[in-house]
Amino acid sequence: MDALIVKDVNKVYSTHKALDNVSITIPEKTIFGLLGPNGAGKTTLIRIINQIINADSGEILIFGEKLRPNHIEIIGYLPEERGLYKKMKVGDQLLYLAQLKGLSRHDALARIKVWLEKFEIKDWWHKKVEDLSKGMAQKVQFISTVLHEPKLIILDEPFSGFDPVNAQLITEKILELKENGSTIIFSTHRMETVEALCDHIALINKSKKILEGPKKQIKDGYRSNTFLVEHRGNHLILAPEKYEVKGQVKIEDDLYSTTIKAADGIKGNQVIRDLIDITELHSFQEKVPSMADIFISLVKGEGDEALKKHLQEV
Amino acid sequence: MNKIWLIIQREFLTRVQKKSFLITTILVPLIFPAIIGVLVYIMKKEAEAAKADTVQVVDESGKFIFENGRQFTFVPLSMSLEQAKKTYNETKDFALLYIPPFDMNKPEGMVMYTKENPSLQKVGNLESILQDRIRDLKLEEYKIDKETLKGLKVDVNLKQINLSETGEEKSSNSGILYGLGFGLGILIYMFVLVYGIQIMQGVIDEKTSKIVEIIVSSVKPFQLMLGKIVGIASVGLLQFTIWIILITVLSTGALSYFGLKMPQKQAMEEMTKSMGNEEMKQAMNQQDSKINELLGNVGQLPLGKIAFVFVFYFLGGYLLYGALFAAVGSAVESMQESQQFQFPITLPLLIGYFGLFMFILRDPHGPVSFWLSVIPFTSPVAMVGRIAFDVPTWELALSMVLLIGGFLFTTWIAGRIYRVGILMTGTKVSWKVLAKWFLMKS
Repeated sequence: MDALIVKDVNKVYSTHKALDNVSITIPEKTIFGLLGPNGAGKTTLIRIINQIINADSGEILIFGEKLRPNHIEIIGYLPEERGLYKKMKVGDQLLYLAQLKGLSRHDALARIKVWLEKFEIKDWWHKKVEDLSKGMAQKVQFISTVLHEPKLIILDEPFSGFDPVNAQLITEKILELKENGSTIIFSTHRMETVEALCDHIALINKSKKILEGPKKQIKDGYRSNTFLVEHRGNHLILAPEKYEVKGQVKIEDDLYSTTIKAADGIKGNQVIRDLIDITELHSFQEKVPSMADIFISLVKGEGDEALKKHLQEV
Repeated sequence: MNKIWLIIQREFLTRVQKKSFLITTILVPLIFPAIIGVLVYIMKKEAEAAKADTVQVVDESGKFIFENGRQFTFVPLSMSLEQAKKTYNETKDFALLYIPPFDMNKPEGMVMYTKENPSLQKVGNLESILQDRIRDLKLEEYKIDKETLKGLKVDVNLKQINLSETGEEKSSNSGILYGLGFGLGILIYMFVLVYGIQIMQGVIDEKTSKIVEIIVSSVKPFQLMLGKIVGIASVGLLQFTIWIILITVLSTGALSYFGLKMPQKQAMEEMTKSMGNEEMKQAMNQQDSKINELLGNVGQLPLGKIAFVFVFYFLGGYLLYGALFAAVGSAVESMQESQQFQFPITLPLLIGYFGLFMFILRDPHGPVSFWLSVIPFTSPVAMVGRIAFDVPTWELALSMVLLIGGFLFTTWIAGRIYRVGILMTGTKVSWKVLAKWFLMKS
């Protein structure tokens, strides 16, 4: 079953169109990357899913059901612009937010204890939020997002404000949540996060969805049979009907890195076979476009051909 | 509904648990008695310390005989004014009074020389001493003796009785009604303003701390707004109840400490004791019956009704303006930014406040008073100020219904602005923008 289906959603603000016929399908138990530049419409879409605002038209299905007010209890939302009541104690705050999500006081108390232990911050219960550092407050914020064990978790730039150690900690927790059956939507600009965590992605640009699918499939779609070879000697004499040398960089003394584009139908193994005969091979890898590359060229509005060309050159 | 209750609880508890709440709740009832106490103490000290001022007199008319009083000691000098000025300058006396020969019908040319500027009061007192003396002289001239004059003076005190529709007689006292109307009206005005601003502050805090987006992903913005308004209202009611109790306890305590005696009455009693005068006793009895009448008048006021009306208009006015304050809070990002909207929305309240002095207390049943106490935006202050003067039941009912309608209306408007405003940051807000938000479909 799909966790979320967004069908032809439109939203117009008085001055501009925030979402233009956007349809997205988010499979269950995946980490879904919702990508796009600032102002593309991601936050609007997320707010519509959270029922903070309503779409002008379109339909949203959550686990097969039409979105209703009581669905907020199965959604956990961490907005990009986040905050807590500064004067409230950590424990009281978590209790309040969990109860607002429909948890009973008793259940909330038990789960808060578990989570505070998980993050090893049990003694923070009576601390006021204003006395916490930014990173500490972010941990509390994260706990408040997942305390009611939501089936759908929406995280908007979840790593901003975290140092690498805590970012790692949060990453582990996110993977743990996925293992336990939650579906996670990531809205982010950080391509390394997408690269490392996301199974599926969708790219929104200028209010329109321009790309969607499993990450691997998308990346494969942008493969261009280009290889990066490290070898000795600056001369590579290759059959011109099979290979085209796209560029060469000297690494040290006699060691060079050369980009080779192979003709269609020539697989990696064949390339290695051909190379071994003519040079001392140090490393060999296929150049697969990174998510960052794909993101940038799509957002820049380059056509598919231009994109492929760009991807070969980087 | 359950969620609104959670919000109300939070708003209430976080405020009540603050130290500042405890301090203001306990201190405010003490402040006024304390200030009055200090003032009375200082005045008493001053009166004790005050010595009569010495006034040197050069009386060339020969018509004055001065008696030394509590305020002035007179030293008649028999020398010319020029000489007197010189000798006066060497003394530390308060003033030198020069009285030239004068015409009884047109007393002119009297001069008071002083070293420093005397207070208006002292000059006035001295003037009245002179006037009294001249009046006595004139009475003698007209051959009227003082006793006859005294006989001419009578004291009339109108007893006020309200004849109600049912023919029931109720004595009333405009003084008490005036005081009551004045006090209650101002109290409502202050309450609405103070707690309204608390709502606004709370909304701004939520918006600037960015928690609001998390909250509205769990509850509807309207629920959040309503919960906040109701939560703060309960804080206000609690505080008010504590004040009433504290003030009652304190004043009862103070009264029993002073033996339930008005200071005036105490002084009278002492006088009677020392003089043993029949006339005095009579005066005292009169005084007693006046006090009794006053207390009786207070007792005859429909205090229960007044209390009910007060609480109703307190809540109604608070809800009406509270919603507007919430809307303003949602639109702006700081207290400073809220100024431009604060004044316009509180203007009707201010009109009610001034109307209280200018119309309602002077003419409680006039047309302006009627309209002020019926229109929802001014009625909380106006009707409460008017209620002691016996408002016809239909007017009261009309005003109450309109107030309920009024706050439902402002809450509806505020809710529409609020739901958009709390999520908007970095917008330059104007009335036009607010109107746009109001019209925006959800």
